[in-house]
Amino acid sequence: MNKIIEKEYFSDKVVKLVVENPLIAKSRKPGNFVILRVGEDGERFPLTIAGADPVKGTITLVVQIMGVSSSKLVALEVGDSITDLVGPLGKPTHISKIGTVLAAGGGVGVAPLLPIVEAFKQAGNRVITVIAARNQDLIILEDEMRKWSDEVVVMTDDGSYGRKGLVTLGMEEIIQREKIDECIVIGPAIMMKFASLLTKKYAIPTQASLNSIMVDGTGMCGACRVSVGGKTRFTCVDGPEFDAHQVDFDEMLMRLGGYSQEEKQANERYLLKL
Amino acid sequence: MSLNPEYLKEERNQEWRAELRSKTKNKDRALIERVHMPELAPEIRVKYQDREVNMGLQLEQAQKEATRCMDCANPTCIEGCPVSINIPKFVKYIEKGEILKAAATLKETNALPAVCGRVCPQEKQCEAKCFYVEKMSKNSVAIGHLERFAADFERDSGTSNIPETAKPNGIKVATVGSGPASLSFAGDMVKYGYDVTVFEALHEIGGVLKYGIPEFRLPNSIVDFELDNLKKMGVKFETNYIVGRTSSFDDLKEEGYKGFFIGSGAGLPRFMDIPGENSNGILSSNEYLTRVNLMGAATDATDTPVLKGKNVAVIGGGNTAMDSVRTALRLGADRAMIIYRRSEEEMPARIEEVKHAKEEGVEFMMLCNPLEYYADAKGRVKGMRLNRMGLGEPDASGRRRPMPIEGSEFELDVDLVVVAVGVSPNPLVPTCLPDLKITRWGTIVVDEDKMQSSISEMFAGGDIVRGGATVILAMGDGRRAAENMNNFLQKQSIN
Ligand SMILES: Cc1cc2nc3c(=O)[nH]c(=O)nc-3n(C[C@H](O)[C@H](O)[C@H](O)COP(=O)(O)OP(=O)(O)OC[C@H]3O[C@@H](n4cnc5c(N)ncnc54)[C@H](O)[C@@H]3O)c2cc1C
Ligand SMILES: Cc1cc2nc3c(=O)[nH]c(=O)nc-3n(C[C@H](O)[C@H](O)[C@H](O)COP(=O)(O)OP(=O)(O)OC[C@H]3O[C@@H](n4cnc5c(N)ncnc54)[C@H](O)[C@@H]3O)c2cc1C
Ligand code: SF4
Ligand code: FES
Repeated sequence: MNKIIEKEYFSDKVVKLVVENPLIAKSRKPGNFVILRVGEDGERFPLTIAGADPVKGTITLVVQIMGVSSSKLVALEVGDSITDLVGPLGKPTHISKIGTVLAAGGGVGVAPLLPIVEAFKQAGNRVITVIAARNQDLIILEDEMRKWSDEVVVMTDDGSYGRKGLVTLGMEEIIQREKIDECIVIGPAIMMKFASLLTKKYAIPTQASLNSIMVDGTGMCGACRVSVGGKTRFTCVDGPEFDAHQVDFDEMLMRLGGYSQEEKQANERYLLKL
Repeated sequence: MSLNPEYLKEERNQEWRAELRSKTKNKDRALIERVHMPELAPEIRVKYQDREVNMGLQLEQAQKEATRCMDCANPTCIEGCPVSINIPKFVKYIEKGEILKAAATLKETNALPAVCGRVCPQEKQCEAKCFYVEKMSKNSVAIGHLERFAADFERDSGTSNIPETAKPNGIKVATVGSGPASLSFAGDMVKYGYDVTVFEALHEIGGVLKYGIPEFRLPNSIVDFELDNLKKMGVKFETNYIVGRTSSFDDLKEEGYKGFFIGSGAGLPRFMDIPGENSNGILSSNEYLTRVNLMGAATDATDTPVLKGKNVAVIGGGNTAMDSVRTALRLGADRAMIIYRRSEEEMPARIEEVKHAKEEGVEFMMLCNPLEYYADAKGRVKGMRLNRMGLGEPDASGRRRPMPIEGSEFELDVDLVVVAVGVSPNPLVPTCLPDLKITRWGTIVVDEDKMQSSISEMFAGGDIVRGGATVILAMGDGRRAAENMNNFLQKQSIN
C-alpha cells in the first residue's frame, strides 16, 4: 500500500508522484485531497489528488517543496512507501454544464486544477485555462492542460515564458474578451485573493480551493477554519472549495502564518540533520 | 444491564466470601481510613507530559482498602456501575489476595478495566452508591483505585490470558471507528466467533483514548496492551480508512460484511462564535490535544508543531478542559487558567482531575465568560475580554443557569487560548447514509435496548449516539450492540 510507482521532477521544487492506493483511486472525485504522513515522526499534511487511474489503482500527487514535510515526501524514491495516506477527503468539485469556464492556477495549484479542468471539459463546457508561475521552471502540466482546455494562456511573473505578468492580467483579458459563466481558482492564498477581487468586479461566480493548515482532515480539530460569508467553516469537511467572493482571504493569510516560527525552526533542524 | 440478584446472592454465599466476612467485624472495617493514591509530586510531574500522575497502589495498600468493603447483602455500588461489574466479588478477591481472580471478575463485564480504573468518574457512579457514602457519610471504598490495581497487577504479572473465542463462523462484521465503543464491540464479537475488522480514520487505533486523553492520565502503553490482546484474539485493524469515503458501505457489503457497528464518536469541536476567535493562538482542545498526544508535538523530535503559551486560558470545565490546561502547564505556561461560566460545583470534570490541576497550580476562574479576543499585528491573540456571571434559576440540565452580571467586564492578557466547550457528533457517517435516522443534534437514533439503528444491519453506540458521554458508557453500548447484532445475524443466517 502507498508504494511510490513513479516519480518525476517538474522542476527543482515541484515533483510528481504516482502512488499505489487502489481504494482511493477508485473512490476519489475531482477536488478531493488526501492527508499524508511520512515517517513515524512525520506530521499530517494535505495534498490534492491531481489524478487517478482506477484500473492501475494509483493516484497522482504533485508536491512543491516548502518545508520539512514536503521535503521528506520528495526524499522518497520509487519503491518506497508513504507511511500513512488517507482519503479521499473534502467535498468534490461541483461539476456541471454551464457554458464557458475560466480556470486559473498559480504555481503548484495548477496540479489540483488539472482534474477539475478535465471534468468540466468532459461535462461539455468550453474551458479556458490560465496557468501562472514566477518563472518558466515553475510552469507545470502545460501539455496536460492543453489536452483538456479549449485555450491555454501561460503567464510568468518575470516574462521568462508565455506572457509577462500576474495571473490576474491574463484572466482579465479573457473576461473582457468573452462571456465567462464560472471561474475556478487554485493557487497561493494571495493569488486567490486578487483573482477573487477581479471576478467580483465582473460578478462572475467563482470557486476557490483553499489550502488552510490541517491536522486530521476529518473535521475533528478546527485547525482549518476559515471565515466564509461571516461564518466559520472547516475547510476539510465544508470545503476545500468555497464561493471565493465570500471568503475572508486576509484572515486566511494570517492563519496560514500561524506556525511560521515553528515551521522555520523545524526546517532548520531537518536541514541540519541531512 | 443489571445483574441477576439470584446470581449475586449465590456468588455472595460462596464459602470463601462468607469466611472473609466473618474474619473481620464491619465495625473494624469501617474504622480503616480510605487509602490515599500515591502520586508523583506536583512540582515534578508538571515537567513531564508522559509521566502518569497516579502511581498505583501496592499490594498491601490494596488489600487493606479492600478490607474496608463490607460485602453488603445489597451491593448498591453495582447499580452505580454502567456495566454492572460484580464489585464486591472482585474487591473481596483482592482482600483474599487472589488478584488474578479479581481481574478475571472485572473482565466478565468490562473489557478495559485498566482504562476504566483510570478514567471513569467513579465519584458519580459506583463510589457514589457505596454503602459508606449513602448510609454512613464516609468516604467510599476506593473502587476505582482497586479496579486499576487488579488490572495492572494482571498485566504486570505477564499471566494475562487471552479470552477464549468460539469457533470462527466466517461472518464478517465491521466497526466504524476504534474508540472504546468499537473496541468493546469488537472484543465481544470475536468471542462469538465473528470475523471482525475495525476501521479507523486516523493513523492510530484508540479514538479519544489515544488522541484526547493525555499520557499523564492514561499511558498509551496501557491502551496498546489491550489492543494487542484484541489482535491476538483475531480482531483485524485497518487504519487510515474512512468508512463512507475510502470505501462506501455498499462496497463493504459487497466484500461480504454483514453487520456494521458505528462508533464514530463526537469528534467535532464547538467554538463560541465570538469576535476574534479565529485569531492565531486560539484553538480547540481537540486540536491542542491531538497535536500533543497523537502527533507528539511536545518534543522537537517530531515535525508537528504546537504553540506554546505563557498565559494560557482554557475555556470550559470538563475533562477535556482539565486535560488541556494541565498540558499547557507541562508545555511551560507561567499561568494556566480555567475559565468556566458556572461554579466549581457544576464542573463536569472528574473530581480527581480538578484536585490534581489545583495541586499543579492551575488557576480556576469560575463564573467568567469570554466575550471577545484581541490579536496583535501578526494576528496572534494577545488578550481577551470577559464578564462575570451570577447563577440564576436551574436550566434544562438541572444546573443553575449562568447569567452575565452587568458592568462586570474585565480584560486578561493571554497568548494562547484553548476552547473546550463541547463537541458535536461526527457527521461523516450520517451524511453518506441518507436512510439513517438521526436526531436534530446529529446523533444516530437507536433502539435503546438493542442499539440497532433505522438500518437493520447497522448498530451504533458511544458518543455518536449519546453526543458526548464517557468511556464506560461507550463500552457498555458496544457490548449491548454485540449481543444484539449476534442475535440478529444468527436469526438471519437461519432464515
Ligand atoms: C486541501 C489542501 C490541498 C493542498 N494541495 C497541495 C498540493 O496538491 N500540492 C502542494 O504542493 N501543496 C498542497 N497543499 C499545501 C501543502 O499541504 C503544504 O505546502 C505542506 O503542508 C507544507 O508542509 P511543509 O512541512 O513542507 O512546509 P512548512 O514549512 O511546514 O510550511 C509551509 C507553509 O505550508 C502551510 N502548511 C504547513 N503545515 C501545513 C499543514 N499541516 N496543512 C496545510 N498546510 C500547511 C503553511 O501555510 C506554511 O506556512 C495543500 C493544502 C491544502 C489545505
Ligand atoms: C480530552 C478528553 C478527555 C476525556 N476524559 C474522559 C474521562 O476521564 N473519563 C471518561 O469516562 N470519558 C472521558 N472522555 C470522553 C470519552 O473519551 C468518550 O466518551 C469516549 O471516548 C467515546 O468513545 P467512542 O467509542 O464513542 O468514540 P471515540 O473515542 O470518539 O472514537 C471514535 C473514532 O472513530 C473514528 N471515526 C469517525 N468516523 C469514522 C469513519 N467514518 N471511518 C473510520 N473511523 C471513523 C474517529 O477518528 C475516532 O478515532 C474524554 C474525552 C476527551 C476528548
Ligand atoms: S457498597 Fe461499598 S461496601 Fe458495599 S459492597 Fe459495594 S463497595 Fe463494598
Ligand atoms: S483539519 Fe482538523 S478539522 Fe479540518
